[in-house]
Amino acid sequence: MNEQAKSNNKVIKKLVLTVFAMFGFGFALVPLYDVFCDITGLNGKTNTAAATYDDDGIDTSRSIKVQFITRNAKAVPWQFKPVINEIVVHPGEMKFVNFYAKNESKRAIVGQAVPSVSPGLAANYFQKIECFCFTQQPLQAGEEVEMGLQFYVDRDLPDDISTLTLSYTLYDISDKADS
Amino acid sequence: MTTDTINESLADDHHGDSHDHKMTGIKRWLYTTNHKDIGTLYLWFSFIMLLTGGALAMVIRAELFQPGLQIVEPDFFNQLTTTHGLIMVFGAIMPAFTGFANWMLPMMIGAPDMALPRMNNWSFWILPFAFAILISSFFMESGAPNFGWTFYAPLSTTYSNGSTAFFVFAVHIMGISSIMGAINIVVTIMNLRAPGMTYMKMPLFVWTFFITAYLLIAVMPVLAGVVTMLLTDTYFGTSFFDAAGGGDPVMFQHIFWFFGHPEVYIMILPAFGIVSTIIPAFARKKLFGYSSMVYATASIALLSFIVWAHHMFTTGMPLFGELFFMYCTMLIAVPTGVKVFNWVATMWRGSMTFEMPMMFSIAFVILFTIGGFSGLMLAMTPIDFQYHDTYFVVAHFHYVLVTGSLFSIFAGTYYWLPKWTGHMYSESLAKWHFWCSIISVNLLFFPMHFLGLAGMPRRIPDYALQFADFNKWVSIGGFAFGLSQLIFLAVVLKCIKGGEKAPAKPWDGAEGLEWEVASPAPYHTFSTPPKVD
Repeated sequence: MNEQAKSNNKVIKKLVLTVFAMFGFGFALVPLYDVFCDITGLNGKTNTAAATYDDDGIDTSRSIKVQFITRNAKAVPWQFKPVINEIVVHPGEMKFVNFYAKNESKRAIVGQAVPSVSPGLAANYFQKIECFCFTQQPLQAGEEVEMGLQFYVDRDLPDDISTLTLSYTLYDISDKADS
Repeated sequence: MTTDTINESLADDHHGDSHDHKMTGIKRWLYTTNHKDIGTLYLWFSFIMLLTGGALAMVIRAELFQPGLQIVEPDFFNQLTTTHGLIMVFGAIMPAFTGFANWMLPMMIGAPDMALPRMNNWSFWILPFAFAILISSFFMESGAPNFGWTFYAPLSTTYSNGSTAFFVFAVHIMGISSIMGAINIVVTIMNLRAPGMTYMKMPLFVWTFFITAYLLIAVMPVLAGVVTMLLTDTYFGTSFFDAAGGGDPVMFQHIFWFFGHPEVYIMILPAFGIVSTIIPAFARKKLFGYSSMVYATASIALLSFIVWAHHMFTTGMPLFGELFFMYCTMLIAVPTGVKVFNWVATMWRGSMTFEMPMMFSIAFVILFTIGGFSGLMLAMTPIDFQYHDTYFVVAHFHYVLVTGSLFSIFAGTYYWLPKWTGHMYSESLAKWHFWCSIISVNLLFFPMHFLGLAGMPRRIPDYALQFADFNKWVSIGGFAFGLSQLIFLAVVLKCIKGGEKAPAKPWDGAEGLEWEVASPAPYHTFSTPPKVD
């Protein structure tokens, strides 16, 4: 019987180890997911740090329509909208557009805009040199601001894509913001 | 060999009588480490959960009996659909299969008990607490979970009604219970088989539980992980699934379905095992293609890990992803088709008789196949865009889970009731149960296909007028199916109380070591292992 208990313990040890490994694997999926999306450019996530403009010339043979849309998450009491709704650019051409925000509540709120590009596969070709989404936006009650976005569309953008939609969702992160 | 083992088990029986330390009253059940007692507990618990989840479904169907809001508020309706799903999946189907495993596995492989009897006791007795936590949230200010049994973020985080913590801890306990049950099954099968019983000589029932246990060990921890992330997102300010903090709500769906898809095979593979035991017994032929059945089960289990995103076709996946998951999903139809073919081939030219276990098994083969085909339709990406989140999906998974898993549980119960109770069940009452169930279940779920194709969304308490007639019939089918299960309760209670005395082997075509011990099975069986050649 002792022999039996010993061989049982061997199996149990392996199985319990598997259980813990799979629990860890569940959490490992979180960074794996980000890396996977980053490499494949899936998911419409744009780069979170500023890109540098490589001056390889402008491809005037193509015109890309870039549309801007905004959305407030969970009724953030801000007015938040693009100053122009769309712009036509040539790949490689740098553009500067503004977004308008006004805190219409009676308290200070820290906002964070999170960008997403559609179609998702185009996200890796949408390069932001400067973006208000890289930083948090604190606005006092009633304060308004124009926030800039400087970008260009990569010359390697696949041929079948002629329209890009850049969507910003505004979140209230006052309770999570760095002081 | 037969007479030897019977003599041996008779000796066991005598031994059991003289040295039996069976406690009496509630303590017997609280402290028991006997696999048969624990199996019985699991089966009764799952039946109580079936009636509880069924009662919730009755309220759902009453609300949907006619268009408009009559009985419940939309928020409470959402709580009903959510807890109905959770109770049926984690409370009714999964514990019922663990109950079968406890009762039958040791007897089928000639072992005296499960390998880890104390853990076995614990893994059962934490279950009632899990469901007490879950169900108690109905009586709290927040209400029960209302975000669907799939608890997608941000419904369960940002928009939670406050029940998330109760939900998460309930799921943690259910998960721990399942994992312990699965470890017990694996150790028992690996180490306690009777001498001479090689892996490829094990009954297919044992094989399917073996593979299911591995699936549980692989994915239940992932479920525990994802609900933990949900908990910290909701209450501790992390941002796993919150885009404001750099997280991603779509990632929730990926992690959830990485658990969720193998989970659906956890609920159907044991059903395959039960049906594969019963059909040969009543066709009086050996199971056709035993080894192909084993390999088919294993390949279904392996494929289940790479098809999860077919639940998410409409989340905006790239074309390549959609194609990959579509083809992998369709690939599962191949081993499943092998199984259905083998069941039919087993019946082919067999000397069939149609006792209740066989009737439920045949119903299983036909109706599960319907559910399989609608699954194949859902697997096609372009078509899924139309079917997604409609009643077509509801029809599909109820065909595989009710007429699939649940019917196999009924079939198995009728098949082994004589062994468990020592009495034959009342065949006429069982016939009532079967025919009432089979007619009402199809009235209940078949029209749902058409409702879904016509565009009726799931999880909605009200609907457009054009769906009114079909919903009325569906509801009538639902009430009838619910009531039919009371006949089942009557059959089981009557069988426990008395009835025709069952011989050791009441089915002349049955095979397996469990039929070589007396009926009812003595408290201790196979204290000395039988010899298998």
